[in-house]
Formats: sequence, structure tokens, C-alpha cells
Amino acid sequence: MKQEASLKVTLVMLALSITMCGYGVLYNDEVKIVLKKATAICMQCIGLG
Amino acid sequence: MKKSNSLRTLVQAGWGILTNSYVQGWMPGPPAIYQGPLKRFCVPGMNCYSCPGALGSCPIGAMQAVFNGRRRKFAFYVVGYLATIGLLVGRFICGWLCLFGLIQELLYKIPTPKLTVPEKIDRPLRYLKYVMLGVFVFALPFFYRTNLGMGEPFFCQYICPVGTLEGGIPLVLLDATMRGALSWLFRWKCALMLVCVISSIFIYRPFCKYVCPLGAFYALFQKVSVMRMRFDQDKCVSCGLCAKTCKMGVNPVLNPNSAECIRCSECVHACPKQALSFGVGPKKEAKPDEVVPVRLNV
Repeated sequence: MKQEASLKVTLVMLALSITMCGYGVLYNDEVKIVLKKATAICMQCIGLG
Repeated sequence: MKKSNSLRTLVQAGWGILTNSYVQGWMPGPPAIYQGPLKRFCVPGMNCYSCPGALGSCPIGAMQAVFNGRRRKFAFYVVGYLATIGLLVGRFICGWLCLFGLIQELLYKIPTPKLTVPEKIDRPLRYLKYVMLGVFVFALPFFYRTNLGMGEPFFCQYICPVGTLEGGIPLVLLDATMRGALSWLFRWKCALMLVCVISSIFIYRPFCKYVCPLGAFYALFQKVSVMRMRFDQDKCVSCGLCAKTCKMGVNPVLNPNSAECIRCSECVHACPKQALSFGVGPKKEAKPDEVVPVRLNV
């Protein structure tokens, strides 16, 4: 059986993913885009129009 | 094992109801989806945000929304959020908190003969979901622009059966005026959705196995997640019950943290010797200078 990745690797990756998420929220203005998209009926997504 | 299955179904159903509990959206009349602040947050499973009752956003839809925007941004928030979940629990979300996964499981319970997809087809087809993720969720929405400079959510628009089942069909049924806007795209997506629904009756979770880009994303973190499956070789009696029980085609003995495992824990409960379990991090190996008890067959 292959050796499993250690927890340290996981924790480092977790720190990166949380940082990435935080960057997206605070500096990339993504929450606004997601909110705008999700609060309107996506005609493309549901196959209308 | 039946008890654990019931608990899992309860959790899936409860979560599905909770995240689609915008009651006003389900009332007949002009479409009224939830437009409140909770839509900032993505639910961890597949759940169309155009579903009349949806309280949260679909992570795959949200990702494409950012990718295909005018400014062509990378979706740090959604990718980081999904990566965090994946790094914590891997594909546990698929097994316990995905509404569409539950729908497929309920369809599979319909008593019919069940099909086993031949390995020659099954194995390569499992990689299709990574193509969905890389091409239809990322590359096409990020790079393609129409003549008017508009991007398109390719996976949502042309493929996703979840959107049709949870969004398109309920909205069309609730509001007659929407029926006038039906196009070839709706017929195409209904056809895809029907293929998914019908195949779910005969094959266990076909969408999860072959198509779901969210499952593909979580699968990338399966082997490094905090939550891991542990296999105790000393307890195993090679009865093969775990592999027989697994409906995702995983052999937990050979590959306990397989990318195809949805961490439903059915194999854990099936094992008569408790050789399988879930734990935090990798299994601790005995150090060379530790005394390891040896069983003598006298």
C-alpha cells in the first residue's frame, strides 16, 4: 500500500485554501458576483429562452 | 447496516429540505426564488440556485458565474471554499449532504434488475467527470466569449440535470408564463435529465460516478483529507464483504481512500471484524523500537 500523505501536508493545504477563500471574499469581489447571479433566475441554466 | 443507511438517508433528506426550504418559492404564480443574503453562501453539494426553494448557491454554478464574468476572474472564494471542505472531509459531502445523490439513491431503490457496467467501460468513463470539471466548469466559461463579450456557464447551461430537475421543471410547473419561453435547450436538458433519472434506477449513482464535476473536485482531496478511511490489516479476514457491499465499485481493502469512495460508511458497517473505520489523518504506523505483539498460532 502506498504511504499516505501526512497530516502536515493537509494542514498546509488547508491554510492555503482558507487564504484563497478569504482573498476571494475580501479582494476579488466574488461574493457580489455570486449573490447577483444566484438571486436571479438563470434562464440559461434552466433551459429557457 | 440498515440502521446506518436509514441515518444517512435521514441526514441527506433533512439537509435537502433545510437548504430548499424557501416556502414562498414553491407557491404557484410568478417565479419567486429566494433573493436574501444566504445566497452569498454555497451549499456543499449539487443544488441549483434557480430551484424555487433554494436558500444557498450551487458551488458549481457560482464558480462558473465568476469565471464567465466580464472581467474574467478566477473563483478564489468558491474554489477555496470547496478545497477547504474537500481537505477536511473529502467526498463525505457526496455521501451525506448531496440532494441529487439522495434522489439517485431513492431511484435505485425501485425494485428492478440492476446493471453492472463492464469494467472496460466503467473505468475510463470514471474520468469523464474530470473532463466535465476541467472543460465545462473551468476552461470554457473562463476562456470562451461570445461576439458581445459575454461568457456562458457551459456546464449549467448545456449539461447539468440537477438544474433541470430542481430548477427548470418546478419553475415551469409553478408559472404558466414561463412555458412560453421553452426552447430546444430545455428539451435537450430534459432529455439529459431523463437519461440520468432512468439510468439511476438500474445503476447506482451514475451521475456521481461519471459526470459530477463537484464529486470530481472533492475526489482530488480524498487521499489528503483530514478525515480518512483506515484499514486494519491485522483484523481483516479477507471475507470480501466490504467490496461486495460497496455500490461505488471500490475495494476498501486495496484502496481505502479511493477517489471513487463517497464515504457512505456502508463498508465500515458491513465488516464483521471492524477492520475498517474512519479517523483523523493517516493510520499511525508502529515505530521500529516499539514492541509489537505477535500472535502465535500454537
